Amino acid sequence: MNPFSSGTRLRDMIRSIRGCKTAAEERAVVRKECASIRAAISDNDNDYRHRNMAKLMFIHMLGYPTHFGQMECLKLIAAPGFPEKRIGYLGLMLLLDERQEVLMLVTNSLKQYPTKISFPFSYIHAALCSIRIIKKVPDLAENFVNPAASLLKEKHHGVLLTGIQLCTDLCEVSTEALEFFRKKYTEGLVKVLKDVVNSPYAPEYDISGIADPFLHIRLLRILRVLGHGDTDASDCMNDILAQVATKTESNKNAGNAILYECVETIMSIEDSSGLRVLAINILGRFLSNRDNNIRYVALNMLMRAITVDSQAVQRHRATILECVKDLDASIRKKALELVYLLVNENNVTSLSKELIDYLEVTDQEFKGDLTEKICSIVEKFSPEKIWYIDQMLKVLSLAGNYVKDEVWHALIVVISNASNLHGYTVRLLYRAVQLSGEQEILVRVAVWCIGEYGEMLVNSIGMLEKEEPITVTECDAIDVIESACKQYSTDLATRAMCLVALLKLSCRFPSSSQRIQDIIAQNKGSLLLELQQRSIEFDSILQKHQNIRSALCERMPVLDESTYVGRRAGSLPAAVSTSQGAVLDLSNGVGKPSAAPLVDLLDLSSDDTPVPNSSGNDFLHDLLGVDLSIASTETGTNQAQKSGADVLMDLLSIGTLPSQSSLSSFDGLFSSRDNSASVGGLENLSSNTTLPVQASTESGGFPMMDLLDALSPSEQNREDSGPTYPSVVAYESSSLRITFNFSKQPGNVRTTLVEANFVNKSSNAYTDFIFQAAVPKFLQLHLDPASNNVLPASGNGLITQKLRVVNSQHGKKSLVMRIRIAYKLNDKDVKEEGQISNFPPGL
Amino acid sequence: MIPISRNNKNSGHLFPLIQRQILSPPLIIIIPSSKMIHFVLLISRQGKVRLTKWYSPYSQKERSKVIRELSSLILTRAPRLCNFVEWRGFKVVYKRYASLYFCMCINQDDNELEVLEIIHHYVEILDRYFGSVCELDLIFNFHKAYFILDEILIAGELQESSKKTVARLVAAQDSLVEAAKEQANSVSFIISQATK
Repeated sequence: MNPFSSGTRLRDMIRSIRGCKTAAEERAVVRKECASIRAAISDNDNDYRHRNMAKLMFIHMLGYPTHFGQMECLKLIAAPGFPEKRIGYLGLMLLLDERQEVLMLVTNSLKQYPTKISFPFSYIHAALCSIRIIKKVPDLAENFVNPAASLLKEKHHGVLLTGIQLCTDLCEVSTEALEFFRKKYTEGLVKVLKDVVNSPYAPEYDISGIADPFLHIRLLRILRVLGHGDTDASDCMNDILAQVATKTESNKNAGNAILYECVETIMSIEDSSGLRVLAINILGRFLSNRDNNIRYVALNMLMRAITVDSQAVQRHRATILECVKDLDASIRKKALELVYLLVNENNVTSLSKELIDYLEVTDQEFKGDLTEKICSIVEKFSPEKIWYIDQMLKVLSLAGNYVKDEVWHALIVVISNASNLHGYTVRLLYRAVQLSGEQEILVRVAVWCIGEYGEMLVNSIGMLEKEEPITVTECDAIDVIESACKQYSTDLATRAMCLVALLKLSCRFPSSSQRIQDIIAQNKGSLLLELQQRSIEFDSILQKHQNIRSALCERMPVLDESTYVGRRAGSLPAAVSTSQGAVLDLSNGVGKPSAAPLVDLLDLSSDDTPVPNSSGNDFLHDLLGVDLSIASTETGTNQAQKSGADVLMDLLSIGTLPSQSSLSSFDGLFSSRDNSASVGGLENLSSNTTLPVQASTESGGFPMMDLLDALSPSEQNREDSGPTYPSVVAYESSSLRITFNFSKQPGNVRTTLVEANFVNKSSNAYTDFIFQAAVPKFLQLHLDPASNNVLPASGNGLITQKLRVVNSQHGKKSLVMRIRIAYKLNDKDVKEEGQISNFPPGL
Repeated sequence: MIPISRNNKNSGHLFPLIQRQILSPPLIIIIPSSKMIHFVLLISRQGKVRLTKWYSPYSQKERSKVIRELSSLILTRAPRLCNFVEWRGFKVVYKRYASLYFCMCINQDDNELEVLEIIHHYVEILDRYFGSVCELDLIFNFHKAYFILDEILIAGELQESSKKTVARLVAAQDSLVEAAKEQANSVSFIISQATK
């Protein structure tokens, strides 16, 4: 035994670690210590094993890996001496968790102990161990009922505490046990509680003048379980509960903890109105307490009491509303949840007014929660449309940037349906935008409404009595849109909405059409492909296609409220998962999954020609979906037509991806025509028009791509990003295949755009398809909505979903991702999981 | 009675664990519920971990994530606010004693005030054991802090409400260790080892 090889003492190691000035220094010290511990382990050193174990525990606490020491715990446990065993067991508890198989070996060591252990501790530990067992295997509960009951007669507090806990848990897992304890032990437990409450001062258990509050609380808890749903048992405990509720001192935390538990028990057991009044009074006292902890638990308790006695809770409304404005985030959050539960038809106007007023002054981090709740309240209880619109516009003006997409989409649906309020709404929005132009969502809604109802704004159509007259010129209206376009120059969706609004206004305000054309033309050079493409298209509509312009710029057909509500059902108030496929894009106006909007928009329904053959449709097709003809000539496949439809859809749904469902219906529309006819029609048309694309159509195929919209996003990316990356099969199972296509954002090497394609390999369709992904910390992941949530069988169609991954360690670490896919197959939930690490290098 | 930190060395902290939470990926942590206390954490004001005790299974990775999240959540709260924070559908009850935050994670419907009382119970026992305990005592004698905690809580349940009993048990174990040490150092033992 060499005394110099044993390394440092524990104390010295801790001291030297604490003396480190930098993380690197600390790592070096730890590395050195670990090396010497490893050496000692491989030498099978007995003398310093427990000291090394203590060191390992400290190192473990600092967050370094210590798995190599796990077996040392077992050796220590098997050692004869007490100090070794003590440290061994501690190490076992800290370094291992219950999922590790090494633990199986420990049971062998345990079996070698003599079974006789001194009285109270064996009882306590047996009871706690039984709790674990019945939690894991509830079927075994019946074996424990009698032994557990015998513990209730003990006097030792530790045994009683754990015995009561065991009985409570037994009652929770087994109704037989509950019945048994209820019949035979309710009275006994009431008596135990009485004794504890009335017990004389006992220094050993005394906490601020109360004998063992922990025991009080556990007794009250088991009485709650026994009294719930049983009148006899409830009657039996009435007196003692009243005594606890009235006699317990409430100036210290321990007393309040007991009162809190007591109130909960009173609320859960069968009705005794006298007790309830007592409990509600205690809560009222708690609520006005100066101690934040007490107010917090009062709110918590009121939330549970609301199902029992909502009237009583309503009485505290004013105080609760004050708590929403508290300095303490925990209290604010609780109070807001409670207010949300308190709202009903009668108080919605006053409560939402209070909340909206508060929205103005609250701090940033609370605005998100508050806005969400207000929107949800307003939607749920709105007495009439005009009130709803008023409130929503107030919220948008105050905290527009916190409003979720589906909320303002719903607002637009409602506006579109309230035909008598169109004028009122657009004027209100116009005023609001002048004041709160910094709220982007407000601006979006305003831009949409001005585009749709611009003439009502200018000509004061549909004035309501309460409205103040307002003079707005065409020029003012266009100013709003122009400045929005400038102010939000980086936001694609807003600017795209501006462009559509301008196109629509060109019809509504014929005299300003030159100005509109100029603004649209400014976007021709936009670096954002979508905007560039649309502005060129719109420009050509304005210049060369006056004959269809008015038809194109018709007002949006009324959006179907019931469909929208139905699709949103259940998504409120819970946050909508980002990977949900069914996010509806209302702004685009093609939310309805049918061909109807298109027909309306083009005003084709007036002539009785079937849609697919109408020349207007073909024309539009040619005008807007130029790459249809290229692709058709090239391949003549359905796929190509689909891309044509896609472009057409894009025009109408600017800035946002059309949802797959609507796309497929268009797809059906087009595929009903045979290919040659379509191509023929297109060629005809192009020869009649003066479109710039004409020449290239004749020269055949590709050159046309350069002229108009053929610069599809992926194409553009490939050109700009330099290197291209091969697609990979990211995941494949017997039922599903996922392929990833990669592209880079130009000028941003860290960001990778991934297009995930999902293909169903089985013969049954998958519904409610959800794809989730998680990435390590050096990556940031953003999931766009999936194109659909239904995946057709046998590869007859696919779902695509775009992902954006930002790699903060670009060049050092490559991408890695863990994924989970959930879907329903014949109404059964299926989950698949996997890890993707075969990303191409350099991403 | 509760000590004020006598250690000022600690302010030279190395790497604050308080970090901004980056957009977290979907939750993977799954915890079987219906346990009184899921874990106990002692964190210093600088975000250093002084003691961790896990009563529900968490992987090593999850553990460090939990610690990071909670220290950024709790250490940033102003004084005199309430002692509860809601976190991932659970509640964390915390209390600050001098430079140390004692945190316990419980279920939504557990009694927060009682848990505050349990924390205080533990601190009082530590205080008696070390004689006016301070953070340095818990750093150098972290194993003792664990031994004491193990006498109060087992498997996340309270097992003993008497401070005296806990103190007696820990003292008895300590004396067993002392006896073993003495025996090992006694002359006769050394001779018997040497002549083996």
